[in-house]
Amino acid sequence: MTIQFNDETFRDDFTFRNSEWAIKRFPFPFHEDSYMYSVNMEQHRGGPAGSVFEKRFDVDEHYISEMRDRALVLADDPLRCQSLPHMTLAGWDLLELIMVSKSEDYPDLFELHRNGNQWRWINKPLGIDDSFTFMDEASLPYGPMEYITRQAQGDYAVLDQRENNLWMDAGMVTTQADWSLDFDIGMNFFEWHAPVPLAHEMGVFKRALKFLLNIQQGSPARRLNWTMTVNPLLDTSPENYHKWGAQKTTLTPENIGRKQHLRVELQTFYRLPRSNALVFPIRCYLIALEDLVTVPKWGRRLHRVIRDLPEELATYKGFIRNRPMILDYLAQYDDGKPTSPGIWPDLDTEPPLER
Amino acid sequence: MSKFDFPPSITSRPVYGTLEARKGTQHLMIADGAGAEALLDLANAAPELMAQAHVIFIPRDAGALEEKLRAAGPSILHVGPSYPATVQRIRRVLQDTVMGAQVYLAGTEGLIGQAMNEALQAGIPLAAIQTEHRGSVARRMQCVHCKGITEDVMTDPFVCSHCGLNLFVRDHYSRRLAAFQGVCIDAEDPGEVPEPVELYK
Repeated sequence: MTIQFNDETFRDDFTFRNSEWAIKRFPFPFHEDSYMYSVNMEQHRGGPAGSVFEKRFDVDEHYISEMRDRALVLADDPLRCQSLPHMTLAGWDLLELIMVSKSEDYPDLFELHRNGNQWRWINKPLGIDDSFTFMDEASLPYGPMEYITRQAQGDYAVLDQRENNLWMDAGMVTTQADWSLDFDIGMNFFEWHAPVPLAHEMGVFKRALKFLLNIQQGSPARRLNWTMTVNPLLDTSPENYHKWGAQKTTLTPENIGRKQHLRVELQTFYRLPRSNALVFPIRCYLIALEDLVTVPKWGRRLHRVIRDLPEELATYKGFIRNRPMILDYLAQYDDGKPTSPGIWPDLDTEPPLER
Repeated sequence: MSKFDFPPSITSRPVYGTLEARKGTQHLMIADGAGAEALLDLANAAPELMAQAHVIFIPRDAGALEEKLRAAGPSILHVGPSYPATVQRIRRVLQDTVMGAQVYLAGTEGLIGQAMNEALQAGIPLAAIQTEHRGSVARRMQCVHCKGITEDVMTDPFVCSHCGLNLFVRDHYSRRLAAFQGVCIDAEDPGEVPEPVELYK
């Protein structure tokens, strides 16, 4: 299908909207009526046609507007994109992975022509047609990681692997759920996760690290993570928290369905061939509660998950102050009926909402 | 009493030990304030070590310890007025270290963290660096908003010395910055800043 790209904003007037298509394919993160941390990894080998899991790097209707928002964030704060000196090779690995994947998965949108090290990259949605020499930094307007991640939705953490650990040594981070690349760069896996409550005690990070260290080239993995965001704000960074934090106080029972968003991260993990680094794309999907509840199963389930979530997690995820109002809203869409297992909307088989 | 037992904390927080004499080709000791007492304890336990020791000392509020350090007989004793004034010298001395050098860091978390970075960047292996915390439990804080570093933070919350925001002390530590993270405390309720409480009280 041809994607109709939206012209929309993720700041100020917040004109971001999901089409019917985007709502139906939203990566709803709860496979049952409750939530607790788990490693929840699976192989990233495609998924149902049209789903966000189908392609290696999903492109959707928000692509052009998201890339415009990224450029605004970087102009304001270039420290959102950093790469320690030993990570340049991994940057080239990443550029190759994204260019090859996108040109194969979306041949109508992206083209890659390779003649030895002479490459030509055509990105039709963004109007880019660049010829460059692979592995020659001087032939691109930015470093390789920055160049390609200015053209790819989602944040990218590039992790060096040594001493049986992963090190956050490069990244492009402009759509993050409240963590700072500038602060975390150079940290190992346990260090950058240090502020997360409960999960260390559960052994989640030890198991996750073991899994990630063993990811092989050609066998990427994925998982979903989630939080809540008021307004469709991509840049929920700690750097700008003093500017956006107050938006959390603007919810009212009248506007909550439109303003409160479920924020889901599709996290994927790829081994890179030359550097043996691991790239960790973190793709953010936003959906307004009023759109989410148009899928009856999701409305029922989200109410139950938010209601039963441990207080530490609601605090860490930053919506503890708004939880009562969110629950009042969602309760209207939970008629107590059972829900089918799994994350899919199941619109044809799940019963409509009974008021 | 200059020793302090830090309460159990997050996995990114540094853990400090007690300095002990080790065999080595060179012995570089860097201390600030009450950290000198840790070097004196080391000198007591292994007097022969001091004759080979290059000591860099930043007295802060412990100037009286300078003479005691001198009396312990280090090969070289340099006294610097502050860490920023001394860091160039530390880098230069680290350049001259050879395989088998031992580094001893003692004093505040800010001194230990920053000097540790210099030593690692100079190629000293982590296993050849010992640390011992003494003296002030103040934290070195980076404001996540303006990126400015505020030294010697004793309370939570505190005011960023660069941008003036009210910051709370987030329990998250960066070895690269040798600093904890400060995050705006009244972003959601501007002006509602709790009374500052002394750290670890």
